[in-house]
Amino acid sequence: MTTIEEVVPVPSPGEGGADGTPLLEVRDLHVEFHTREGLVRAVNGVNYSVDAGETLAVLGESGSGKSVTAQAVMGILDMPPAQIPQGEILFRGHDMLKMTGEERRAIRGRRIAMIFQDALSSLNPVLSVGYQLGEMFRVHQGLSKKDAKVKAIELMEKVKIPAAAARVNDYPHQFSGGMRQRIMIAMALALEPDLIIADEPTTALDVTVQAQVMDLLAELQREYNMGLILITHDLGVVADVADKIAVMYAGRIVERAPVHELYKRPAHPYTRGLLDSIPRLDQKGQELYAIKGLPPNLLRVPTGCAFNPRCPKAQDVCRTEVPELLPVTEQDGTELVGRASACHFWKETIHG
Amino acid sequence: MAELSKNDEPQDATPNVSEVDVVEARSEDEAVTRIEAPVERGEPILQVRDLVKHFPLTQGILFKRQIGAVKAVDGVSFDLHQGETLGIVGESGCGKSTVAKLLMNLERATAGEIFYKGQDITKLSGRALKAVRRNIQMVFQDPYTSLNPRMTVGDIIGEPFDIHPEVAPKGDRRRRVQELLDVVGLNPEYINRYPHQFSGGQRQRIGIARGLALNPEIIICDEPVSALDVSVQAQVINLMERLQDEFNLSYIFIAHDLSIVRHISDRVGVMYLGRIAEIGTDEQIYDHPTHPYTQALLSAVPVPDPDAREQRERIILTGDVPSPANPPSGCRFRTRCWKAQDKCSQEVPLLAVPERFKTSDAPAAHESACHFAEEKDVVHAA
Repeated sequence: MTTIEEVVPVPSPGEGGADGTPLLEVRDLHVEFHTREGLVRAVNGVNYSVDAGETLAVLGESGSGKSVTAQAVMGILDMPPAQIPQGEILFRGHDMLKMTGEERRAIRGRRIAMIFQDALSSLNPVLSVGYQLGEMFRVHQGLSKKDAKVKAIELMEKVKIPAAAARVNDYPHQFSGGMRQRIMIAMALALEPDLIIADEPTTALDVTVQAQVMDLLAELQREYNMGLILITHDLGVVADVADKIAVMYAGRIVERAPVHELYKRPAHPYTRGLLDSIPRLDQKGQELYAIKGLPPNLLRVPTGCAFNPRCPKAQDVCRTEVPELLPVTEQDGTELVGRASACHFWKETIHG
Repeated sequence: MAELSKNDEPQDATPNVSEVDVVEARSEDEAVTRIEAPVERGEPILQVRDLVKHFPLTQGILFKRQIGAVKAVDGVSFDLHQGETLGIVGESGCGKSTVAKLLMNLERATAGEIFYKGQDITKLSGRALKAVRRNIQMVFQDPYTSLNPRMTVGDIIGEPFDIHPEVAPKGDRRRRVQELLDVVGLNPEYINRYPHQFSGGQRQRIGIARGLALNPEIIICDEPVSALDVSVQAQVINLMERLQDEFNLSYIFIAHDLSIVRHISDRVGVMYLGRIAEIGTDEQIYDHPTHPYTQALLSAVPVPDPDAREQRERIILTGDVPSPANPPSGCRFRTRCWKAQDKCSQEVPLLAVPERFKTSDAPAAHESACHFAEEKDVVHAA
């Protein structure tokens, strides 16, 4: 087991960032899947960026392309059937899509780590958690089995698993859901990465455990000043932890905004619909607002704006022209920092 | 849709809510007659008393010895009135789905009674049980696995008529199925399609149509929207509320999403480790919770309002739910409770209106199983 560090130069933590380069920048990313039914364009030109210590929430329903984007960033898409025909993924200014497999391996796990949704199926059931946690150190840092186990216990203590030393040889099924998710977090944190991608980290958990896990994640993020991409569909979780939000629909970002702004005045009808469909106290007994229709089938994305068949504001232009993600301004034209909307009628949506 | 409407002529109004009127049915026929009789107004349609379900833990292969039991449900009591929605919330493993199965008689209760119109259905079998089941239907959580992929939608929704042919004569069934599809907002022409041709939200509508097929009085919904996309959840909730008004249905609505439960429920029960910790109207539970577990649960729910996140007081519980095979003595919540004292480990707190609130009319005066029940408004805490 050789260390990769000696072979490949890894961008050092100091490089980039200082001169204003974001930690991670995704530019015009496209991902396609070739299937028997035809070409599925899962991601159609996504742009976003994350800085160190910042939390970006990617919000979207199933099939909106939020997980595929994250997998492309991580470099864990199965290619084929997936293809990236276009786009750049810049990590500290270096395009990861142009890197060799070896170079990407050095970044994956060490600089960018991922937390998956379903901890039970993401952990290997026939290996002890201590062995799986230690693998990070053995492979990336060339530690011996014994040293790796010591490190694994330290990690388990870090994520507050009680009696870590006694439980290091236990198997994943012996842990509860919340504890398993902590092990996933520990594994992602092992090499103190600069960026963590959390794909629905708490969806499978109960609310009381979800609160524990999100708290832990926020605490560790502060401690290490990590960037965090949080992929979720839960508007409540987003409001609790995010700094900025990207809302995805049918493979595109339809709105981008800082968290307080987005909830106060959404600039896209889809975002507005999502916010309006949350049950509120004063609406008890009334009908909930519901976005009509269904999320589109990615084999047959509607022409023009993908949201047009479900949109209450749709006009003819929405059926023919794809709206671009353009900056959103105040009524008097002053720019709203960090805001953009992909709607022909964003002015009416935000100001009207 | 006149034939789907319920028999709701007002009967002699004698509100006897607390007293359970138990009459042993002398014959199966009598039982069936009782079940088909219209419910008297004021009397709960369903009364659950001290319901217990223990799953035995055994050891040995040939000679099985019982070494313990998983106490999934351990003494649950509640009432359900006609046209009412009772929400049941709790963490996974608290026994809420087992309660649903017991109400459907899919599991036999270890002890306790379930009175449907005064008739204890836990003891029924054969024809009488079949008659009861016609009136209590279920909508399942996962619309992807609860519909048979080899049956058409028409067969799925029409299958209840094979078991209860008296509801729809054979020649009439296709029309009834199409009517049902229309009621739940699906195109009646979809009758010959298969489940895989539908999206999650549409499948859940098919599940609801199947539940409605026999004109039941009670529908038990076990996490009916948790597998659906956010934008589709609201559609299904609206549909369920509309159907409730239209057919005067009673719902038992089991879910873990507290905001949806509040929206749809008239009363809410909070379960913890096989027991009800607190039960009351939605306002009593959400705005005036007195049980520490309810308070912790409510404060843990993320609020979709970023401005509130700095000010909100959160109670973060430590640890996990204990195993129901070996629950803590006394109050089951005491291992995670910040108020726990010696009394909590010795005495089991009863589900009753706390002594100090007994005389008041305040919203805090509702049933709560805590020795130190105390009102604390966690949702609006600033």
